[in-house]
Amino acid sequence: MRIFGRHGRGLVLAAKESHCAGIRTTAGFSCHPSKLLGITPIPELLDKRLVFVTGKGGVGKTTVAVALGLRAAEAGKRTIVCEVSSQENASRIFDHTEVGFHEVEMAENLWSISIDPDESMREYVLLQLKVRAMRDLLFRSRIFSYLAAATPGLKELVTIGKIWELAQLDRKVKSGRKYDLVIVDAPATGHGIGFLQTPRTFAAIARVGPIHSQAQQLDRLITDQEHTGTAIVALPEEMPVNETAALESELRAEVGVAVDRIYLNGLYPERFSRQEAEQLTELADGEDGSVRAAARAAASEHGRARSQRAQLARLRRRAEAPVKTLPFLFEPELGVEAAHTLAKKLG
Amino acid sequence: MPPVDEILEGKDICICAGSGGVGKTTTSAAIATGMAARGLRVCVLTIDPAKRLADSLGLRELGNEASRVDPELFEQHGIEMKGELWAMMLDAKATFDELVARQAPDEESRDRVLDNRIYQQISNALAGSQEYMAMEKLFELHTEGRFDLLVLDTPPTRNALDFLDAPRRLTQFIEGRSLRVFMKPTGLAARVAGRGASVALSVFKRIVGFDLLADLAEFFNAFSGMVDGFQARAKRVNSLLADPHTCFLVVCGPQGEPIDEAVYFHRKLVEAKLPFGGVIVNKVHYPAERLRGDGADLEGALSEKLSDVDLARRVAENFADYQALAERDAGNIEHLAKELRAKGVIRVPYLDEDVHDLGGLAEINRYLFASSEERIEIAAGRA
Repeated sequence: MRIFGRHGRGLVLAAKESHCAGIRTTAGFSCHPSKLLGITPIPELLDKRLVFVTGKGGVGKTTVAVALGLRAAEAGKRTIVCEVSSQENASRIFDHTEVGFHEVEMAENLWSISIDPDESMREYVLLQLKVRAMRDLLFRSRIFSYLAAATPGLKELVTIGKIWELAQLDRKVKSGRKYDLVIVDAPATGHGIGFLQTPRTFAAIARVGPIHSQAQQLDRLITDQEHTGTAIVALPEEMPVNETAALESELRAEVGVAVDRIYLNGLYPERFSRQEAEQLTELADGEDGSVRAAARAAASEHGRARSQRAQLARLRRRAEAPVKTLPFLFEPELGVEAAHTLAKKLG
Repeated sequence: MPPVDEILEGKDICICAGSGGVGKTTTSAAIATGMAARGLRVCVLTIDPAKRLADSLGLRELGNEASRVDPELFEQHGIEMKGELWAMMLDAKATFDELVARQAPDEESRDRVLDNRIYQQISNALAGSQEYMAMEKLFELHTEGRFDLLVLDTPPTRNALDFLDAPRRLTQFIEGRSLRVFMKPTGLAARVAGRGASVALSVFKRIVGFDLLADLAEFFNAFSGMVDGFQARAKRVNSLLADPHTCFLVVCGPQGEPIDEAVYFHRKLVEAKLPFGGVIVNKVHYPAERLRGDGADLEGALSEKLSDVDLARRVAENFADYQALAERDAGNIEHLAKELRAKGVIRVPYLDEDVHDLGGLAEINRYLFASSEERIEIAAGRA
């Protein structure tokens, strides 16, 4: 049996069905008639089967991935948010203890999983080998775990393989739940391109054998624009804007992926006009105590909001994908409410 | 916490560690600039700095070699430079190639390794190789002894710990001891190990395809003459990291997640008996506690002064939002300080301007190189 299917048929079928999500009566899908009426249209990014959310570290990738997940789930799509490299950031948002390598329900229609490469490897081998004695032998053997660790990119490959498996309507894992949408909180840039590039690289190294064709298939999955989407999360600052533009062109040139959308996260509101800011700066100079502090804070906020707008304009000039903005949330910790707030703002 | 120059007194190496997106590159550059301004010959090693920061330091054309930052640039930004600032952008692949060239017994074995596809993969992409090469370069520069102080901006890992673990992972891989034995399934060792190993090998072969395995075998054969050299060097690199003249500074942001990571990283440094210097928290919403109290009817007072009710309301609202963030930061930092048992936290405020030039570095240095009392004074002056 091949875990990575033969012609990716499952994926194509799934995509055709997903355009009528909610009305469909395919076994295993729940309908939410109440939600069919009067809901805002889902952004087309979420009409895909698989979405990678990537970007530099510390820009709010996990929050945006969860917000996208909530948005899709609220529209009736059965959605799973996958984390890789065992960070467990999503479960943190939901105040969940540990998700682990299980599909855990976080909200209505929304699941989460933390994809561990060792577990993925194990699952992959289990699905590859039918003979039980052989599997036991393999797992007990030290050489196998060594080989698995020593083969460059194998861990990333089986991780992407697991993502593929989750996106199948015909799940390979026994009694696996069917999802309309799989959202991946991808590793931070630097490692980010490497991650999406793994199948391509791997197909080139392993020239024969099942892994070769499976890697090729995963590469097709990643570059299949109709069913697979990519979003970059950025911050309105000098460095992140540069890195986002670089990431977008590298993804196109080296992985063959066209970015669908860039989310510029943490944008300050424009609360004050330039004249007001000048007035407040003047006021601050002649005052003390909290009046002075509040006036100063307002002038600072004006300056930051302005420099952020300049970065937004710069990003729009440099990026090819449409840039959508997400507001800065003045909340102590970005928990599930924040993700809900952002979910409403996703365009 | 004492200023950075006191923490780094008598140190040869300063390693800035932390997860991505917390301003590590900027902090490293600021520390190096500040120490050079105080008369030292400093080299900052960085990976992939922001383009404009690189430009402002004149780093555009840099390869894998240190070059001096033009002293005139500092004068333009009002920094009196008593020493020298050097900088280099680390090229992990080139460093790895140099290391192989140095360890190889002859040109032929060198080329066999450099041409091997597995090697090319590892030197580019294997998790840990970039981190290890950063340490390797640090070791090399330290041995040369050209600089009074080396400041290392560690590569952006998702998990700060990956950095510490890198030498072990990489040498373990290169050793490939168990693998090399089993590479020859007819060899004595394989026979001793029994049928299990050879079945495992053949199953693995079936899964990944034969070519990959052949490439791996070739890789380990090509490397076999260099393993001892690599191991010995990794040992010396490790002892350099633990040397009392080395100092680890953890860089983080004020939100819950980066603070938790800093706490975790500090714990791991202590466990590994590595010299910890302190934590630098960037982008702190600073002076909350000093500004509270007299704001009973702030909106009213503002309204009176501004004679604009709507503007007063917005100013008060903005201030309340800022205060909420400042309180969060203060709470998180208190938690951090408790964990560190008062070993020291430097708070760098969230500056009005995005920092990406020497002027910004100078501004940051007003905090990094000030005593705790001075820091509060400077921040209060701003607030």
